This record gives sequence, structure tokens and C-alpha cells, in this order.
Amino acid sequence: MSRSDDTLLLANVSRRGLLKGLAGGSALLLAARWDLGLANEQAQFGAGAMPGGWVDNPNVFIHIDSGGMVTIVNNRAEMGQGIRTSLAMVAADELGANWEQVQAKQADGDQEKFGNQNTDGSRSMRHWYDPMRRAAAAARLMLEQAAANQWKVPVHEVRTGIHKVTHPASGRELGFGDLADAARELEVPGRDALVLKADSELRFIGKESGLINGELKSAYPKAIDGEDIVTGKAIFGADVDLEGTLYAVVARPPVYGAKVKSVDDSDALKVPGVRKTVRIEGADQPAAFNPLGGVAVVATNTWAAMEGRRALKIEWDMAPAGGNADYNSDTYRKSLEKAAQSPGKVIRQSGDVETALKNADKRVSATYYMPHMAQAPMEPPVAVVRIKDGKAEAWAPVQNPRATREGIAGFLEMDMENVTLHQTLLGGGFGRKSKPDFVIEAARVAKEFEGQPIKLQWSREDDIQHAYFHTVSVDHLEAGLDAEGKATSWRHRTLSPSIASLFAPDPKHKGEFELGMGFNTMPFSIPAIRLENPPAPAHVRIGWFRSVYNLPHAWAIQSFAHEMAVAAGKDHRDYVLDLLGPGREVDNLTVGDGWNYGEDPDLHPIDVARMRRVIERATEEAGWGRETKKGRGMGLAFHHSFVSYTAVVFDVEVDDDGKLIVHRADIAFDCGPQVNPERIRAQMEGSCVMGIGIALQSEVSFEDGVAQQDNFDRYLIPRMPDAPKVVRVHLIDNPDDAMGGVGEPGLPPVAPALCNAIYAATGKRIRRLPVGDQLQVS
Amino acid sequence: MISLNINGQQHELDVPDSMPLLWVLRDVVGMKGTKFGCGIAQCGACTVHLDGVATRSCVTPVVAAKGEITTIEAMADDAVGQKVQQAWLDLGVAQCGYCQGGQIMNATALLKKTPEPDTQEIVDAMAGNLCRCGTYNRILAAIELAADKGASS
Repeated sequence: MSRSDDTLLLANVSRRGLLKGLAGGSALLLAARWDLGLANEQAQFGAGAMPGGWVDNPNVFIHIDSGGMVTIVNNRAEMGQGIRTSLAMVAADELGANWEQVQAKQADGDQEKFGNQNTDGSRSMRHWYDPMRRAAAAARLMLEQAAANQWKVPVHEVRTGIHKVTHPASGRELGFGDLADAARELEVPGRDALVLKADSELRFIGKESGLINGELKSAYPKAIDGEDIVTGKAIFGADVDLEGTLYAVVARPPVYGAKVKSVDDSDALKVPGVRKTVRIEGADQPAAFNPLGGVAVVATNTWAAMEGRRALKIEWDMAPAGGNADYNSDTYRKSLEKAAQSPGKVIRQSGDVETALKNADKRVSATYYMPHMAQAPMEPPVAVVRIKDGKAEAWAPVQNPRATREGIAGFLEMDMENVTLHQTLLGGGFGRKSKPDFVIEAARVAKEFEGQPIKLQWSREDDIQHAYFHTVSVDHLEAGLDAEGKATSWRHRTLSPSIASLFAPDPKHKGEFELGMGFNTMPFSIPAIRLENPPAPAHVRIGWFRSVYNLPHAWAIQSFAHEMAVAAGKDHRDYVLDLLGPGREVDNLTVGDGWNYGEDPDLHPIDVARMRRVIERATEEAGWGRETKKGRGMGLAFHHSFVSYTAVVFDVEVDDDGKLIVHRADIAFDCGPQVNPERIRAQMEGSCVMGIGIALQSEVSFEDGVAQQDNFDRYLIPRMPDAPKVVRVHLIDNPDDAMGGVGEPGLPPVAPALCNAIYAATGKRIRRLPVGDQLQVS
Repeated sequence: MISLNINGQQHELDVPDSMPLLWVLRDVVGMKGTKFGCGIAQCGACTVHLDGVATRSCVTPVVAAKGEITTIEAMADDAVGQKVQQAWLDLGVAQCGYCQGGQIMNATALLKKTPEPDTQEIVDAMAGNLCRCGTYNRILAAIELAADKGASS
């Protein structure tokens, strides 16, 4: 598709202003977005800039059978965010389908056919809303054309109703099923022929349903996978059931980088049901997505394989692990805290921070720590792979099908065209299943069993000990305040190992996409700002964990802003609104962020007005400022991430014994246009609970390079008693801005908001996570 | 041979006595609704009913599973289970859904024993079932809804 000069001119004026001005006129909006969406090969930002880009061919995504059943092909990983339902809603609404006659089919891993399928970065809806609507609009036009052809009337005389096409002039009508065969034979209409439905015609998109702040509205449209889930029929990775399957588990090196020196499998092979052991070559560091290596035990059932693994006698060679074998996370924390006292690589600077700090009437300084964590999805990693005649076929719960195929092909030295990937439901992902190491392991074992499916199951111990851990971080902040308590300077040093260390020699500094997660995008309006990134080497596999580097950045910045407010003797909300300054749009480039979650900074600037709005809404809804009794208090935090805006207020109580009661959470969220508000609420509720775990419980510590937690008895995650008694989600009605992410932006402000509330209740400042027993009265 | 009664059906199985019921159900009988989450009775994803009592199948040796075993696959035929499942659907409880079979089994056992539980009784009874998606507030609401709809009757 070519980009006209007119479009360029408009783009230079202001794409965002153009979009805003056209909101409400859907046909025009489509045209506007169409030009601005750009063809994949021309796109710098958004869906088109992703590997594989977008696809909007209706024949790829929408199939209608002669019985009228509409099948929407879902190309994204379903891991609990509800994308199979939400994208089907988009297509069904634009098409005019009756929801009872809609089903979803999961796409295989095939980027050339289905466009980008890497489900991370909270991108599914913001990248696929437009293509799915276009695909459905094209399909509808084809149905209309098929009806017009049959009736021999001009197409503009026919209309689409619910699951049928009508000719009002003659009263004739035909169901989608009656037209499907003829429609399929028609040429796909050009994009300029498409007219999207007006907002007033929509039945599903943007409509509130479900449980809304304690009140049940309607349960329609019902979730695509809902019934399968509650009846136990939903197929997750481990539920794939192929004839002749053998079951495998792997004994992996206890330290990242160590290798098998020798193995005695004689006892393992005596365990009834055990068939064979397989040595898996460990990849050298950095391991990327390759297996850690070790010894697989293959048996006729999972239990026998686990029993066989217990009977293995393995001697590990620690030499290849290098310094990783000395990794002690407590010592490491202290080393980062020390390093934080010295300047580091300057990331962003305005004004003279050192002079401003010297001249300040009051100085505030604090250091914050967030430990390693494991994603620990309830479904541990698992995959089924069968290799036959030089072709690999995999069934797996993965977030990134493309990387899975590439990984198998690379490790087994096959052509990627010979690797098929069938995507199952994911029993949670949270970033763990972005890394396909477990599927590659299964493929490696399957190579030893020509034609026989291998189901490779990770135990919970495997999952926690061999996670791609959330990074570990120390953030040191210092601010100067004037006599009125107003901030004159802000210096922030952030230290944590980079995910880049997984793929390349350790850079020891955060990369652009890591700094861009709430560090250099810090929106406060302070005269002197200096942001630094001293080095921090990695000793374990560091990987994406839901919200990623936004977690430590939000935790430190939002805690510190509260400490400044306390030092200034000001109300926290008033103070941060003043820190933010007036509503305005900050260009990401001006703060050194050239990444912006891959989105066009013109469409997705850092919008301080939207930040202010979520703060105001959350605090109002929570009843901010009301009198509380002793031991009770409210805490606030907010954050911009994945091009969306979140503010959280907690109302907590800490009793005389130090027991924390979370009475209520009020969450205000602005992701721009909302497609499925019910699932947006669910994501905010879930983020709230997960964030409470980050604040209070979750930590993986290391001694001699070995993770010290290995199951849910010691790696703690929230249980029902830990959830707030009440969670209220307040969605900001904002159809005019560009669409933002949902799955991740709810999480970063939760931990600091909770710790700020603990301070308000008790005067106890938490600077090291998790809170653990820090509230206990000694 | 071990004889098991699963959802009213008799199964004669050649498995070791010590094999946990979970793996017998999943890998030998081929019923995949009961999930593996931790293997040490910490998460509840593997919950089944043994003579009506919520039981962690991952730590129950098959030899000890004498009695009537009921799994999530049979809940649609159970009057209480059905109401619980409907409440789950009405309130959109599930996110990824992996733990929800175990949650429903535990909730159903609770409501059979305590048809009108108060909030604290629900929280106490459900504390052993983990959900990483964090759906606890909706699980609680769904159990209350099922109880309101007379799950016991």
C-alpha cells in the first residue's frame, strides 16, 4: 500500500489531533486509521512494525460453514487475559454474528499466514483490533455481495442483520450459512471499499457486562472457553493426549551454566515404567531460549519419570557456571546498594542536580530493593513433541509460537518449515511461557523416540528453581526540597541486571526497552533531574515477568514520591499532582525514550493529563483524606506503562500484632478505548492480587547460585485470605485516545500503593521487598 | 491390580500402590480435568472428592483412594456442582482457568457440607487453593451466589 503525500502532510500536522477530530464517525475513522496504519513494510510503530506485522484477510480469520457456524481464528496466546473471547467479540460484532453461533479456533504458529503472534507487551488488542474489524467488515461485504448476486440486486440495496443478510425492498433474507459457500468464492474487497459499523450499531464492543464492582449486570456475551474450563474439558498443554505418548522429566543443573560431568542411571532404569534416560546438552551462556541441559528420564507415565529422576546419581561440573556458582543474593543486594552510592551511566539530565541538592532546604534520600521472583504460572511448563521423518510437531502452551519453532529448529538443526506448532491454552503465562526452552527440551528428547510423542512435564520445583527470573534491583533516590517543600531536584540511580544478558554477553546496563519502562519516562516536572544507571551483572537467567522493569521503577519512584510528600508535610495526592504539573503531553524522545513500547509517540505521548485523571478518580472513589482510626491508613501510587495509565489506592489496617488487613483497593485505569470492559476489570483485579504478593510475599533468593525456594510452601504467592476484602475498578471513559495495553499496566503501582498505605497506617516505611515479617511486633 | 470407583465407574488398574491418584487419573485413566500444580498439596489444582471430602490427589497414593472418587468431569451431573459451575460462568470467574477445576471441586465440597457459609468460612475453606491470575474476589462472590441460589437444595 502506498502512502500518499496528503497522508504525510496530515501526519506531520498531528495524527493524534486528526484521530481525535474524527472520533465518532466510524467510516472516516477507518479511513484515517487506514492511511495512518501503514502497510507492514512501511510501519515504524505499532502492529505493522512487529515481525510478521498484521494481517486482515477475512479468509484467514473468519470461516462460516453452511450451517451458519462462524469460526473466528485466534492468532494470539490465550493465557487468561480473555483474548479468544475479546477478539471474537470484535469480529462477531463487525460481522453481525449471533454470539451463540460463534466459536474460536486457535491458530497454529505461522507468522507468514497469521501475522505477529508473540503474545507479550500487552499488545494483543491494541494491535489486532483494527485488523480484526477490517477482516470482519470485509467478510460482511462478501456476504452482502453473495446475497446481492443471488437476488440480482445492487449490493447497496442489501443490509446485514443479525446473522443474516436482508433486502428490505423485497423483504427477502438469507442466513449467513446460506450465503457462506458463495461468499467464500468472491474476491476479497479492497480496504477502501470497507465501511465499519457506527458505534451505535455495536452490540459487544465496549459494552459493559459481567460483574461490575460487586453487581452482576449480564453474563453476555459469555466467555468462549468458560464452559470448557468449569467442566474440566479445556485443553492446556499437559492435556494433549496422543496415542503412544511417553512421559519425560529432566534433572537440570542446580546452577545456571553448570553441566553434567557424569551420570549413573542404573537405579533410575530399575524404576518400573522407566524406559530410557537421555542426556541433554546444555547451551553455553548466554543460554537464550536453549535448554539448560541435564538428564531426561523417559517413562510410561509422569510419576514413573519423576521416581526415575529421584534415583539418578548425577555429578555436576560447576566450572562452566563460572561466577554464577558463587551467587548469593543477599551479598549481591549489598553490593548493589554500595554501587548505588557512586554515579553511573547518565541516562537523562536536565538542570544541575548536584548544585540543587547542595542548596536544598531539605534533602530526602532512600534506597529500595525488589528481589528476584518466579512467574510461577499455575500450569508449570509442559510440552508434547513428536518427531517423525525429519519433521517435528509440537503441542505447547507458549506465548511466542515463532520463537518456539525457531528454537526447536535451531537446537535440532532442522529447517523451521519442518517444525509445526499447535498452540494450546496456557494455564497462565506472565512472561514465563515467552521462553520456549521447555518445548525445545521435549523436542530434544523426542528425537530419541522416532514417531513417538513425548510429553515433557516440569514439576513446580523445576519451575521455581529454573525460572527466567524477574531481575533483582536496587534503586537509590535523592531529592532536594525548598523551604515550602517543593521539589527542586531529583536524582535516581537504578541498578539491576538486564534481560539482554540472556541473549548476548552481559551488557551490565539496562537496555532502552528496560529504561523506557518507567525510568526515563518518569513524568514529574522538577527543575533539575539526573537519571543514572550504574552497572549490575547477571548471575541467573533473567527474563520477562509481567510488567517487567516497570515493577522496580514504579516501586521505587512511587514510594519515594510519598517519602518526599511526608518530608514536605504535604498531603500525598496534592503533592504528586504538584510534582506532575499541569496536564500536558510529553514527547518520549525528549526524555530519552526512543522505544515507547513500540508505539508512535505522536499517538501515544506521555500524557500527564491522563495521569492526573486516574489519580483524581482513584482517590475520589476511595474517599481519600477522610479521618481514619489508629492503625488504619490509605496509600496511593500510579504509573504509566504499556501506553496505559493506572492509579491504585489501598485502605489497610495493621493490628497491634502487626497483622495486615487489606480492606479495600480502588483502581482507576485508562487504556483509551475499551473493547471488553468486563475483561479489563478482571485484569485489574488479578493484577491487584498479584501485586499484593509482590509487596508482601514473593522472593526467590540464591545461595551458591542455587535458588533457595522450590515450591509454594516457601515461594509464597497470594491466597484468598491475602486478597483485599473489596476491589473496585474504575474505568476511565476515554474513547478518543489511542488504545493502550491492559494485561500488564495494572501491576506496577500495586506494591508501592500498598507499602505507602502501610506507612500511613503505622509510620513504618518499607524499602525492601517483600514485606514478609517486617510488620511483626518483636 | 487396584480397583477404583471414579465417577460411578469401576476401573481395574495395574499401577503401583504408591502412585499418586493424580497421575493415575491423568496418565493411566486419561481424565485430564484434574490438574497438576505443585505435587505437595500446596495449591489445590488437583482437588477431587473422595467420599465427598475434598482431597488433594497429588499426595493421595492410589492405594489409599478407597471409596467413591469424584472428579471435575462429573460436576455437571451433580446438583450442587452444577450451581457452582453456573455461578462461575455468571460472574466470569476464570482467567486462564487452569486452577478453576480444583477451585470448583473445593467450593462444591464446602457447600455440600456448609450450605450457607459466611464469608470467613469461605475464605478459610478456600485458602488452600491457589490462583495465580488472582481471581479470589470473584471466586468468593461466586460461592456466595451459588449458596444464595440454594446450592444445597
